[in-house]
Amino acid sequence: MPVAASAIYFLNLRGDVLINRLYRDDVGGNMVDAFRVHIMQTKELGTCPVRQIGGCSFFYMRISNVYIVIVVSSNANVACAFKFVVEAVALFKSYFGGAFDEDAIRNNFVLIYELLDEIMDFGYPQNLSPEILKLYITQEGVRSPFSSKPTDKPVPNATLQVTGAVGWRREGLVYKKNEVFLDIVESVNLLMSSKGSVLRCDVTGKILMKCFLSGMPDLKLGLNDKIGLEKESQLKSRPTKSGKTIELDDVTFHQCVNLTRFNSEKTVSFVPPDGEFELMKYRITEGVNLPFRVLPTIKELGRTRMEVNVKVKSVFGAKMFALGVVIKIPVPKQTAKTSFQVTSGRAKYNASIDCLVWKIRKFPGQTEPTMSAEVELISTMAEKKSWTRPPIQMEFQVPMFTASGLRVRFLKVWEKSGYNTVEWVRYITKAGSYEIRC
Amino acid sequence: MSGHDSKYFSTTKKGEIPELKEELNSQYKDKRKDAVKKVIAAMTVGKDVSSLFTDVVNCMQTENLELKKLVYLYLINYAKSQPDLAILAVNTFVKDSQDPNPLIRALAVRTMGCIRVDKITEYLCDPLQRCLKDDDPYVRKTAAICVAKLYDINAELVEDRGFLESLKDLISDNNPMVVANAVAALAEIQDNSNSPIFEITSHTLSKLLTALNECTEWGQVFILDALSRYKAADAREAENIVERVTPRLQHANCAVVLSAVKMILQQMELITSTDVVRNLCKKMAPPLVTLLSAEPEIQYVALRNINLIVQRRPTILAHEIKVFFCKYNDPIYVKMEKLEIMIKLASDRNIDQVLLEFKEYATEVDVDFVRKAVRAIGRCAIKLERAAERCISVLLELIKIKVNYVVQEAIIVIKDIFRRYPNTYESIIATLCESLDTLDEPEAKASMIWIIGEYAERIDNADELLESFLESFPEEPAQVQLQLLTATVKLFLKKPTEGPQQMIQVVLNNATVETDNPDLRDRAYIYWRLLSTDPEAAKDVVLAEKPVITDDSNQLDPSLLDELLANIATLSSVYHKPPEAFVTRVKTTAQKTEDDDYPEGGSETGYSESSAHAADGGVSPTSSSNVPYSAARQPAPAPPSPAAPVPDLLGDLIGLDNNAIVPVDQPATPSGPPLPVVLPASTGQGLQISAQLTQQDGQIYYSLSFENNSQIPLDGFMIQFNKNTFGLAAAGPLQVPQVQPGTSARTLLPMVMFQNLSQGPPSSLLQVAVKNSQQPVWYFNDKASLHVFFTEDGKMERGNFLETWRSLPDSNEVSKDFPDIVVKAEATLDRLPASKMFFIAKRKHANQDVFYFSAKLPRGIPFLIELTTVIGTLGVKCAIKTPSPELAPLFFESLETLLKV
Repeated sequence: MPVAASAIYFLNLRGDVLINRLYRDDVGGNMVDAFRVHIMQTKELGTCPVRQIGGCSFFYMRISNVYIVIVVSSNANVACAFKFVVEAVALFKSYFGGAFDEDAIRNNFVLIYELLDEIMDFGYPQNLSPEILKLYITQEGVRSPFSSKPTDKPVPNATLQVTGAVGWRREGLVYKKNEVFLDIVESVNLLMSSKGSVLRCDVTGKILMKCFLSGMPDLKLGLNDKIGLEKESQLKSRPTKSGKTIELDDVTFHQCVNLTRFNSEKTVSFVPPDGEFELMKYRITEGVNLPFRVLPTIKELGRTRMEVNVKVKSVFGAKMFALGVVIKIPVPKQTAKTSFQVTSGRAKYNASIDCLVWKIRKFPGQTEPTMSAEVELISTMAEKKSWTRPPIQMEFQVPMFTASGLRVRFLKVWEKSGYNTVEWVRYITKAGSYEIRC
Repeated sequence: MSGHDSKYFSTTKKGEIPELKEELNSQYKDKRKDAVKKVIAAMTVGKDVSSLFTDVVNCMQTENLELKKLVYLYLINYAKSQPDLAILAVNTFVKDSQDPNPLIRALAVRTMGCIRVDKITEYLCDPLQRCLKDDDPYVRKTAAICVAKLYDINAELVEDRGFLESLKDLISDNNPMVVANAVAALAEIQDNSNSPIFEITSHTLSKLLTALNECTEWGQVFILDALSRYKAADAREAENIVERVTPRLQHANCAVVLSAVKMILQQMELITSTDVVRNLCKKMAPPLVTLLSAEPEIQYVALRNINLIVQRRPTILAHEIKVFFCKYNDPIYVKMEKLEIMIKLASDRNIDQVLLEFKEYATEVDVDFVRKAVRAIGRCAIKLERAAERCISVLLELIKIKVNYVVQEAIIVIKDIFRRYPNTYESIIATLCESLDTLDEPEAKASMIWIIGEYAERIDNADELLESFLESFPEEPAQVQLQLLTATVKLFLKKPTEGPQQMIQVVLNNATVETDNPDLRDRAYIYWRLLSTDPEAAKDVVLAEKPVITDDSNQLDPSLLDELLANIATLSSVYHKPPEAFVTRVKTTAQKTEDDDYPEGGSETGYSESSAHAADGGVSPTSSSNVPYSAARQPAPAPPSPAAPVPDLLGDLIGLDNNAIVPVDQPATPSGPPLPVVLPASTGQGLQISAQLTQQDGQIYYSLSFENNSQIPLDGFMIQFNKNTFGLAAAGPLQVPQVQPGTSARTLLPMVMFQNLSQGPPSSLLQVAVKNSQQPVWYFNDKASLHVFFTEDGKMERGNFLETWRSLPDSNEVSKDFPDIVVKAEATLDRLPASKMFFIAKRKHANQDVFYFSAKLPRGIPFLIELTTVIGTLGVKCAIKTPSPELAPLFFESLETLLKV
């Protein structure tokens, strides 16, 4: 059964119900008490997000200071339920203007009731596209981005658009200047052993799009990926142009992309929603350009002293630079005193996370700053267990760099009125989970 | 307008309800709207605002959509508690369902379907009929779901009014969202019905596959889930289906991806071309891996499913083991699941990398995770013969870190490795012995002792090592005591010198005289007798070669795996249990047809009925319904002699000379609901016994099921019961045919009471011994719930009840609280009479309900029962009065199981 929920609850951290909606009769109104008693008030919280208590199952997620709990008593589709929660939160955020927390829920409870009524019926998720819902949801969020629209007059053909084949775009949009913004955002995930060999490395990227286009435009996106290029040269029977091509391990698309066409022709063609959305996600494991190499040496000198030397090497182009670089080097709990020497940036000891934190605001390419620190430890009798050495973690952003080497080759826009569009493309690479064992 | 709704939560000091009432009746529209918002706010925080029902409903007739939605919301919440007043809203609903605005039409139908009040349901039919044929797709898609709602309330009405036909027409609707919702509704109705309502033909199939391209992401999930039940006619059709579903793997919605995977896996079973299968496996891998970059909760669901998928199709992810390496900040539930999959994917090719990872994890902080990592190393050693040595060296390295729980876990797995590869790695025993003193967990201790006993001849100071444990013998947990006993016997048989001889006397003395654990005592007596009568036979038995164990990391049964794979993405796939195991809602219609399949009486087989609904004959050829005792005794030889001394019990079982143990020759019953497992296959060398006491027509039976998971056929089953509170004993022969490997047999054993009485405080414990011709004697404990014994004549008249209550002294009253039991509805209590607890009366006391019941044990011992509870909240108090108050604890135990169902 694709039923996703019999009831949904929003609880604060103390377990008070902020708002709830029962969709089906098969779970009692007080089942949430069981959740509170058996999960929230025990150590079980956080051990498993799907739990059975009595005849009911609970799926829960924590988002900022709110628990969202779904209760079912049938063999529900869990994947559907969690995805529904994720999408619903995104929807609420787009109405509240960013934050989703206890206060936002209290301040918007009428709106949430109305949305909950609309986005799920009898436990079956319905249309969750903010673009379409704003056409006929009467309430406004606190800082709704759509506040200029007249809301108490329902759009005459709203219902056709909700259920239409292009369920994510409304008709009759007009912009003076037709613009498209493309953001290619990549996160590099790395796990490196203490000896410098790469244990696991991959890039998860997404292409975010912001469209301000009139009418019903058809878009086609070309990337420098291997399969797409091969297919293209096959169709046009001319050899692939030289230049770097990359191999995408997997791609997933926004629902606006025609998947059947992608499957047969390998082209990404779509009618975009209005405004901002995530066009596609991809994953790459081969040929990843790591932007940074970290070379740590940590020596434990007796029981009370440690010497930490870390060298970070930037391996992207010399003209580029990384922003907001933070390197967190874990140290034992009983650290008492630290002294640092850095060739760039600032370092200090942060006791709340038991780490030496080294920050470099602007980090040019092809450089290798170092940090050396002396750490003094209190020798305690209680700490019998040897220190487990958690991995070094790193955060950064490198604009105009893609770890995968992905490039946008073209973005074509067709609309029957034949207007010209301006396209903007940005690239940025961020650290995902960038870990170096030491 | 709105935005800062929190202001509606603030209250004024003077009476809130009257003030709201006044505002709701205000002549100003805005004031009324604000008032309704305040009512909703109060409802949200759990205040009872049902008294404002009439006033809120009065606001319903409005042009303002916002206000209308709020009133509808209120109605959904309170209509059930005010069914008579809810009828007031019907007119507006019916009118709204004809409104020119499609949003209002849909809203009216949607809301009416949510109000589960019979009177409203009657009025819902006409508007629903209209809306199913509405011009506007938004109204039609809402009406489609509404049919499912109505079916849930009143299935007959839906069938009578022809809504199912209208719903089927909607499958051909030109709007994809209408199609999707109609499919969802039909699939749900089909799930709850036994007549064929929604059968997918190849025609519907192709229509739905086309709709797949156009509908919303959720609609795709509905359609894929419904289509996954479709059985393709041949390989070619299966290939065609798969071809049209594979593009869905690229969808951003994880639910779409998993539903597509489910459907592809189903069809793959039919596809014969290895090329096609290989190609599909290749296509499924990347999307599955991508699921691991979603939110941790979704990752968890994906990992549980991947666990199933790799059991059926290991090749899919064979090269992707790296993506399952744990990240330091992964939540613990994700780490645990990743570890499980890593073990499944470990192979000779990647084992070095995997071992490095496991070793890393074994130094992390979370104790449970560390333990599991150590255990994972052991499981890899058992699974991969060529890597076993490397695994062991990693384990030894970990032991050297000397972190207590790591050492203990390592010893437990090393014991298994010794079992798997006998006489191969014993050189490491010396290293293990070094950490002897640090062991403090029973399982680790038991494992170490087993190792010492098993290899006593190679350990020079084996006697000293064992002796160090013997000092604390009486304080050790049962598991350790049993191992100590066996290890000492092994030591003695291997080194029959003076030291071990003294030790064995101490141990046998401790284990027979000083203990009250029957398992230990019985085992000690068997050893004792073996050693004293025939030491050579003892050697054969105790030092016999053990069967080699295998890797358990692919543990799911193939038929269960099939069922779980058909349920990918659902709860069932997350729990790794079939849906029946956790979905409590009973299909009433389903029961009916089952009965039809097994005609009444079932006399040909004599046993066709299961205990759940077998009220009449056919349960046993010997028992006709009303004369249980006499009938049951006929075939039974003399009951076991009462008060047999313990050594005789031993003699009975070994010597097979007691009448009570009756050889078996007649075939017995299959089928019936699953019984609780009392002897798991792991302890029974592959024999699994499930059993439960039941009562049918006043006769008590022991319903038993034997499942043979071993490699040899088992026969010659016999059973004996230890003395127990109720004096239960077998009244007839245990009728079990030869059980072939991989099959199971079921039987009903008639029982008699008051034959085999034990002294001492009453206890529900029922100790059972079962043997067969191939295996040693198995002992297990079962529970005899008191309610099984309640008799049919336990119902009392009200007057009689009161009189009996008064006549018994207060000292005969015992009460107990059950703080975590909740009586969800009176329906729970309606079930009690089925267990021979009869309803007498009910009264209200303050906000609590008090129920009275009566029941009777054989020999006419009455039980008067008083239950106090608030329906729907936690906590039940039970007080009973009976001439035998010493049975009260048993009664409460039994009641608890009854109410917890």
